[in-house]
Parts: sequence; structure tokens; C-alpha cells
Amino acid sequence: MKIYQEKNGETLAIALEGRLDTMTAPELEAALKDGLNGVSELTFDFTKLDYISSAGLRVLLGAQKTMHKQGSMKVTHVNEMIMEVFEVTGFTDFLTIE
Amino acid sequence: MKELTLEATVQNIEAATEFVNAALEEFDCPMKTQMQIDLVVDEVFTNIAQYAYAPQTGTATVRVEPLEDSAGVRLTFFDGGKPFNPLANGDPDTTLSAEERSIGGLGIFLVKKMMDDVSYAYENGQNVLTTIKRF
Repeated sequence: MKIYQEKNGETLAIALEGRLDTMTAPELEAALKDGLNGVSELTFDFTKLDYISSAGLRVLLGAQKTMHKQGSMKVTHVNEMIMEVFEVTGFTDFLTIE
Repeated sequence: MKELTLEATVQNIEAATEFVNAALEEFDCPMKTQMQIDLVVDEVFTNIAQYAYAPQTGTATVRVEPLEDSAGVRLTFFDGGKPFNPLANGDPDTTLSAEERSIGGLGIFLVKKMMDDVSYAYENGQNVLTTIKRF
């Protein structure tokens, strides 16, 4: 998986490419660990993300909890397969998906 | 029927996935279904790699075979680790807010949602998780 980050003041945009799974989720977790400091607006671009597993859901949940405290988070360009995962796990109830 | 046995490590998930995908292509599996099955391989293999033998290590076997009666595939996972029925625990509460959610429990839940049938047995000293997906 590739992680592209673009920070602009308090805005952070992260585009993911490939698969967010058991092997790659720790990479995103590491990027977010320090990367969210001072961020009030976080956007994930999933245009090139093929699929997400429960390991990826855990990292997204962690990011959502952090952003609840310090600003907002949204997920954009979600494909059909990832949307199905969000729907069956109830993540659609608390994620902002555009 | 195709079968692959690997050291049950997180690093080997990719090899297991590639093996399953090659078999699925032979069985004319639709692309969307292949993605769902890849997710199942990730979740099940992860559980075996992280919990079945801990703190020791061991092997995991994945078997792929076409269904006899209709278009579809049977995916079976074997490991010789501690007896553990992943279906014995209840489903996680998917109505909770982000704040109330705890991490974990979603993997096997996703496996059940993605596949048409999932069953567990402990046979000949092995955990056997059988999953079926119809095309």
C-alpha cells in the first residue's frame, strides 16, 4: 500500500493506494500517530484503495476517535467493496463518507 | 482441489492470497467476489498467525475447491493450534458509536458477512474452518 500525505496548515489529506489490510494497516497507524498533531480537518481519499480488512477498520476507528476530539474527519471516493464492509460493520453510522 | 500449506505468519498472508486468487481465476470467480474472498483469507489467516500457536509457531493450510452442485467455491482453513471455535463468540454490536467501540471482534464477523456459509469443526487435532461462497 502507498500512503500519500498532504498537509496544509491544520488540514491533512491522506490518499491510500492498494490494500489496507493486516500487513499494511500498521503503516497507516504509524503515519497517523504523530501526523494528526495539530490537525483539525482530516480527509482520506480512497480512490485507489482496493479493499479494507478489519485491521484497517481499527486504524480508521482510532483516527475517528482522535478527530472527534480535535476536529473533523471524512472519507471520500469509497468503492463498492469497501462500502459494503463499512455498511455491514455499522461504520457508515459514524463515518462521514462523501 | 488445490491446497497450500504455509508457516502461519502475517508475512505469509500475501502468498496465501496469491495462491487462492490463482485458483479462483481457474474457477471463473467474479472480480467482486474475489475481493470478498481475499478479505476472508486476510482475516482467517491473521487469526491463525496471531493466536493459534502463540507463543510458538506452526503451519496453516488453505484448500480451495469448486462446489459440486452450483457455481461457487469452498475455502477451507486448517491449523494444528489450540482448539478454538471462532464462531462461538457472539457478533460485535455494530450499532455503537465510534466512542463506544472497542477494537477487535470484527474480523470473523466480516468473514460471516462476506461468505454464504461458515462452519467450524475440530477434527484429527486440527481446527477446520469451512467457508462457502456462491458466485
